[in-house]
Order: sequence, then structure tokens, then C-alpha cells
Amino acid sequence: MIAWTIYITFAGAVLLLVLPRTFPRWIALLTTIAGLALGLITFILTPIADLAHFTSIVRVPWVPALGMNYHLAIDGVSLTMVLVTGISAVSAVLFSWDVEHRQNEFFFWLLLVVAGCYGVFLSADLFLFFAFYELVIVPKYFLIAVFGSTNKEYGAMKLTLYSFFGGMLVFIGILTAYVTAGSLDLNQLSQFQFSLQLQAWAFPVLFLGFAVLAGIWPLHTWAPTGHVAAPTAGSMLLAGIVMKLGSYAGLRVAMNLFPQGFQMWSKWIVLLAVIGIVYAAAVALRQRDLKFVIGYSSVSHMGFVLLGLGAATVLSVSGAVLQMFSHGVIAALLFAVAGRMIYRRTRTRELDVLAGMNLSHALPFAAFTFIVAAAASMGIPGFSGFAAEITILIGAWKTHPVAVWITGAGMVLVAAFTLRALKQSFFGETDRSLHLQESRVALDPNWNEQRSITAAEKCGACLLMFVTIAVGIYPKLLLDRIMPAVEAMRFLK
Amino acid sequence: MKAVDSTMSYLELLKLVSPETIVVVTALAVLAIGLATGRAKLTATISTATPAQSASDSSTAMGICSAIAALGLAVAVGTVLMLPRNETLFGGMLVITPLTLLFKIICIALAFLAILLTTSEKALRHPGEYLALILFATVGLMLLVGSEELLMIFIGLELLGLSLYVMTAFDKTDVHSAEAGLKYFLFGSTSSAFTLFGISLIYGMTGTTSLAAISGKLATVSVQPLLAAGIVMTLIGFAFKIAAAPFHLWAPDAYQGAPVPSAAFIASASKVASFVVLGKIVLIGFAPVRGDAAWHAMIAGWSPMIAVLAALSILVGNLVALAQSNVRRLLAYSAVAHAGYTLIGLVAGGRDGFSAALFYATVYAITLVGAFGVVAVVRRETGGDDFSNFRGLVSRSPVLAACMSVFMLSLAGIPPLVGFFGKFYLFSAALRAGADHGLLWLVAVALLGSFISLYYYLIVLKTIFVDEPAVPVARHADFVPPALLPRATVAVLGATVLLLGIAPQLLAAPILAAVP
Repeated sequence: MIAWTIYITFAGAVLLLVLPRTFPRWIALLTTIAGLALGLITFILTPIADLAHFTSIVRVPWVPALGMNYHLAIDGVSLTMVLVTGISAVSAVLFSWDVEHRQNEFFFWLLLVVAGCYGVFLSADLFLFFAFYELVIVPKYFLIAVFGSTNKEYGAMKLTLYSFFGGMLVFIGILTAYVTAGSLDLNQLSQFQFSLQLQAWAFPVLFLGFAVLAGIWPLHTWAPTGHVAAPTAGSMLLAGIVMKLGSYAGLRVAMNLFPQGFQMWSKWIVLLAVIGIVYAAAVALRQRDLKFVIGYSSVSHMGFVLLGLGAATVLSVSGAVLQMFSHGVIAALLFAVAGRMIYRRTRTRELDVLAGMNLSHALPFAAFTFIVAAAASMGIPGFSGFAAEITILIGAWKTHPVAVWITGAGMVLVAAFTLRALKQSFFGETDRSLHLQESRVALDPNWNEQRSITAAEKCGACLLMFVTIAVGIYPKLLLDRIMPAVEAMRFLK
Repeated sequence: MKAVDSTMSYLELLKLVSPETIVVVTALAVLAIGLATGRAKLTATISTATPAQSASDSSTAMGICSAIAALGLAVAVGTVLMLPRNETLFGGMLVITPLTLLFKIICIALAFLAILLTTSEKALRHPGEYLALILFATVGLMLLVGSEELLMIFIGLELLGLSLYVMTAFDKTDVHSAEAGLKYFLFGSTSSAFTLFGISLIYGMTGTTSLAAISGKLATVSVQPLLAAGIVMTLIGFAFKIAAAPFHLWAPDAYQGAPVPSAAFIASASKVASFVVLGKIVLIGFAPVRGDAAWHAMIAGWSPMIAVLAALSILVGNLVALAQSNVRRLLAYSAVAHAGYTLIGLVAGGRDGFSAALFYATVYAITLVGAFGVVAVVRRETGGDDFSNFRGLVSRSPVLAACMSVFMLSLAGIPPLVGFFGKFYLFSAALRAGADHGLLWLVAVALLGSFISLYYYLIVLKTIFVDEPAVPVARHADFVPPALLPRATVAVLGATVLLLGIAPQLLAAPILAAVP
């Protein structure tokens, strides 16, 4: 049944193409809600024991001559990712309710990204997996280049080329695995014993290819520029789920196929992850554009995911998966506030200018949402970010204590830049505002007469806030399903 | 395989070459009708000279001629289907196997598409002659595909080449067309000379022109320098034909200057047939002197040579394409790169590699005809095919823009389009062929190339989707009726590229079944 998430989303996209100008927003919303509902129903109905292994749900021969199957499977990790995809997709549609320009096309590309992500998270055939993985790249380009803001063509092209560069490395790794083992079935491949010599070079190639999409330092620079250039929904999906494709694929494919190669290279992954966490947080501290702050915070948070994967204990990897979920929600929330709630109304994201506006009076709901998001992002207990990061750090403590120390220091930086952004954007000094208000008036006379936060925005924000708090209070809900699936993976044995 | 001795009756021979015969007869009929209508038009112009009327006369002549040509090709496909499955005549001069039958059909289909595109060309004032040339070129293709004997192959090449030179230079009103024709002719005839010289050397050393016999001879004798020179020269001739670097210099001008249907035909049908023949020559004829292109075990032979040609084509084609600002020129350089990708299949060799190369060449041809179809429509409506003519195409014609993005992304190898599967098939065959991933270097070069190529394909799409039209599209002084047939062709091809990407089995299975 969960396979229908893919079909419904594709069908929605096709429907948007053939029915021009007929409630595109509603088609997109219903499609994404259906996807989320299917994910939730599966989440509730599937017994936890069934999620411990990567269980096939669909398997149809596709190109028998080459051993390709249309093969989907699910375990606790995929289900978690499917859920966060559904949540981000619904909220992304809600936060693009005001898109007027080429609506059908916008939602078409949006749904293609979502469908591709569902496909990646559910594929159990390497070719199918890679097809979905590459499918996501081009819609992102159009979403940003056509509908974006600030320097959009540059940001879009940079992001696309980085992704495709990663895809190229992945292609080499996948071909090698396929040709050597003679199979494309992920379950069979994860039983196959590749030679050590091959694993030693194939693992880094494959993992690095995936990690480009996950924003690994020093190949992360596409992420901030891409996030800033993207339209709000685009940034939400990019940071929320597309970056997770990279880390999920690294876990599902690279680490499972080449476990010995992973062991050889894991310390380098940890090193790059820790550098990424600290470096991105430090850079975020100096940004003037609110979206750049959030963009770098995404890189920093994805560093936690990579740290969890690199530390290679059941707890740390499960924490990494939980962090993928949690960051998907938090990043969507942060970008929604910055890109939609603030930027659409003030036409600026400059922190210095925003400081003069003291937006907490004008937009109290946005201020509240941003406080929740910032708290979750900083890792305050009670929000999902805390649950995920503490799991990663506890898990990593056994194998990489030094990395945990440094990361702990990095978390202070995360708190610092988040608080700075929060203070400047919503709680600036009011008395400075007089002068700035005048300059704003000249630029955009209507800024102070903005419509209040719309119902669609409120729904989207409430959905995301509810999820981050619910998972923060009761992370066991997801961890119960994630941990057995992670334990079953080969690289831990 | 049944060998038919040379005393067979002409009737039986005629039966076996009936598809070719039908195409030739059609060509002659089209020529005659073109002549008749042209004469009628001439008298009409003398008596009552209204330009609009003569234009409409020309378009009716075009309609009649292309309908007959299309009908002839359809009948030819029918007769191809009725041929016996396995025949070899005159030591391989005419070979009928599932492979040759399949590719005769594919070549006829591509010619058919070129004819559909022809209907949108305004500048062709002699439609009868033009269509007849397409049909003659098609006969050349069919002979080329259906032969395993060097002389016959050469005759096919010449028949094809001579028709194509004229087709390239056919637009008498356009100086670029003449330039393109001349360049194509000079390079083409030089390459024919190379091929013929190479063939003569091979004949001199082995005493035969039949591919199977050559292979038998090569297996027993050691390779002397003269024979090596013969092999290299033959291959150089074909490298010209498929526009592999460094023998690609004619391609950009021919693609840009020729009438669009000619360019589409050169880029599609001519290329597919050349790959079929090149594959047969190297994989059947020169099989014993294959060598090895693996990086850790390089052995002299044709395969390292083709591997170097492939790598060079991929790099040169993709890098130079980055600097183009004309869509047709860009397609030409990308064609050089795609010739490189396809050659990888031949380097890999074997059933797997050959069928991967043929699959890739075929889907590439389909995609490129579609892209040229879009160019034809845009050119008809805006008078040019530079990037600036494509600006804001999405607002003028969303369907055309969608089709162009399908073609471009398929060329770039983006799923779910067929180019992606083609690349996967090709590269996996290459990696499987060399022992211990020996061809990994070539695959890595190819992947680097396709990474570079995404940039310029995206620039085309950016022009179409993101850029606003610079000025309101300058309509020509005379009214241009929308070209329905080319538009429909483009839409069908776009759907085909998507469908084959989702179900590659539809084309991969017949090719795999046909390759011995």
C-alpha cells in the first residue's frame, strides 16, 4: 500500500500538467495529504516486528535481460523517511499557497521532487533507486531557476551541478557493485562479499557521491546558496528531504554494500562531519541574510547525521536516522518562517534591517513559530532536535569521544547563531526603527500593512510544530521502529 | 545459415531485395511527380504571377510527394517483414538476418520522420527532388546495414554520402547551406578515399572482401604493418562518418547550415547505419586483431584505438559544446560526444557491448530527430535557431518546450528518459567486458563528459523556461501557418522517449534478440 505514495504523487504531477489552471493548489495539497496519510496508515498498521528487515512489497521484472526489477521494500528506516517526506511535502504546499506565477508548473516540479524522494526511500533495486535519485535533480533546478529569488540562476545551476557531480560518483560505485556482484537487488547485494581491494576504493567514491547531497564539508557550498535562491517550498523540500536522500543513500547503499570499506574510511567521515558541524555553525554566526543563517545551520545539522553514521554504533546510526527526520521538520519550519512569513511581508531578509522592525509585534504568530523552531534547532529538551542529537552523541561516545567533545563545543555555536538570528529578526531594538522605517517606506510603502498570517500558513506551521514536539517528547515512537532495522544492517556486525 | 549459390534466379534475388527496390521505385515516382508539378507551376507562374498562389502550389506539390514517399516507405517496411529470416548471398554482399531486418526497419522509420519534418520547410523549392534524395539515401542505408562485404559496404556508403551532400546544400537561398554542403562534401570524399584505400590494403593482404573470410584470414596470419595501416584507414573513414573527434570538423557546419530535415537525417539515420556497419566490421571482420583497451593490460589492436577515439570525442565534443550559442551547433558538438559514448559499446565488444551500442545509437537518433523537429518549428516561426530564438519558448508553446526538455534531458541522461537507461546499459556493458574493471577509465571519462554536458543542456532549457523573450517574436512579413505535422511528430517522439525510458524493454528486447 505504501507504494501508492509514489504513484499518487506522480499522478498528481501529471494531472497538474494536463489540467491547466484548475485548482492546482488543491490538487497538490490533496496529493501530498494522500501521501502523508498512506505513510501514517502504514506506520500505524504495520507491526513493529515487520519493520526490522527490508521487506519487499512490490517486485515486478522490469528489464530481465539486465536483471532489473521494479522492486520496492520497506523497513523502519525507510518508513521514517517516508513519513518526513509526507510531512514536509504537505507543509511545503501549504506554504506556497500564494504562488501565482505559473502555478501548475510550480506544483508539477514540486510533486516530482516529492515523488522522486518517496521512490528513493522505498527502492530495493539499485537501478530503480538511482533512477529516482537522479530524477530529483532536474525539478530542483526549475523550481529554483524559475521561481526563486536572490541570484537564482547561479544558485540553481550550482546546486544542480553539485548534485550531478555527486551522481556521477554514485554511478561509478553502483556500476562497479552491479558488474561485480551481477545483481541489482539491494538485499542480495548486501549479502555479497566484495573483495577488500574493491571496497577500499569503491566505498569512498560511492559514499562521497551521496554525501555531496547530504552537504558534507567541504562539498557543502551548494547548500546555502541553493537554499537562499530557492522559493520557500523549494528550500523546505531541499533542506527537509532532498539533503536526506544523500545521507539515507549513504546508509542504505554505500555502508551496506561495502562494510569493510566503510570501516576503513569511517574515521574520515567522522572527521569531515565534525569539521562541518563546527565550521558551518561558525559561518552562520557571521551571516547577514536570515536564509543564509538557516542554510548554514542545515549544513551543521546534517553534520550530526554524518557523525552518527560515521560513528557506526546502533545507537548513533539510529540517532542519525532520527536526526534526518527531526531536521526535515525543523528545517522546513525555519525556512517557512524566514522565506514565507517574513520575506513575503517585509521584502527583506537582512538581519540588520529586520532588527529595526521588531516584527514580534507585527507578526506574533510568526515570532512564536520561530521561537519553537529555534528551540528545536538548538537542541532544547522536549523538541525532536534534542532527542536526535543526544542519541547520536551518546552512541558516538563509545567510539569517538574526542569527536563528541568537539561537537559539544560546536553545539554552543549553534545556540549562539540561532539566538542571534532570533533576536535580530523578531526582537530588535524598536527605537532604532524610526530611521530604518523611513528607508523601508521608501522601498516598499506597504510593508507595515501586511496581511496577518494566513490560515494556510498557520496550518502548515502547526503541523510541523506538532511533529517536532511530539517526537521530542516521545522519540520512542520512531526509535522503536528505527533501531531494529538498523541492528539488522550488515555493517554493524 | 543457407548459402545461396550465384546461379540463383533473378526473380528470387528480386524478392530478397524487394524493400530496396520498392524504395527506389518510390524515389523515381516522387521525382516524376515533382517534375510534373514543377512544370505546371512554371506555366502557372508565367501566366498569372501571384506569389501566394505559387507558394500554395509548391506546398501542394510537397504534400503529394511526401505522401507518396511516406507510403512507399510503409510498403517497404511491410516487405522487410515478409523477408526470410536468414539468407546470405554472394559471400556476404547481401545478408539477411534478424539484425539487418531490424535495422532496415529502424532506418526506414528514421527516414520517414525526416520526411515528416520536410513538410515544414518553406525554403525547399523542389520538394520532389529533395524527397527523392532522402529515399536514395535510405536505399544507401539499407544496403549498408544489409551487407557484410567491404565492397558492398563501400557502395552503400557512397550512395548515402552523395545523396547527403546534395541534401545538405539543397537550400539555394542560404549561403550557409552551400558552405555546409561544400565542407561536408570535401571531408566526406576524403574519408571515402581513406576507406577505399584501407579496404584495398585489406583486400591485398587477405585476398578477400567478405568480413567472415577476412576474420578467418586474420586469425591465421600475423599482423603486418601494411595490414595494420589498412585497418586504421578503414576505421578513420568511419570515424569521419560518425563524426568522432578528431574527424568531426564537418559536423558543426553541416548541422547548422543544412536544411533541418537533412541535418536530422545525417544525425540520425546515417549515424545509426554507420554504427551498425562499423560494429560488424570490427566485431566480425577484425575480431582476431581486437587488442585490449583495459588500462592495466593494454594490447595493440583496434579496441585501444577506438577507445582513444571515444575518450577524445567525449571530451572534445562536450567541452566545445559549452561555448556554443546556436542550438544546432550545440547539437552537433553534443553529437560528437554521443558518438564517443556509443563507441564505448564497440570497445566493450561481444553481444552485450554491441547491443548496448546499437540501443544507444537508436535512441540517440530518435531523440535527435525530435530535437531537430523542435528546431524546425522554432526556425519556421522565428526565422532562426540561435539561443535568442528559443527564449521564452515555454510561454509561446508549452508542448514544444516540454518536448525539447524531454529531448535535452534524455541526451543528458536524466531518468526517467531513455538516455539514462541507454547510458546505464552501455557503461555496465563496458565495465563487464574488461577483466577486473579494465575499462573503468573509459567509463569514468564518459561520466565526466555527461556531467559536463548537463550544463549546456540546462542552459538550453534555461533559455526556454527561465528567460523572457527579448523582443516580441518578430513574425515574418508573410503569414506563417502553424506547422501541425512537425509539431505532432515532435510530440510523438517526446512521448516515445519517455515511454522507452519507462519501458526500455520495448526496444532493448528486439535488439538483444537480433544481435547474434
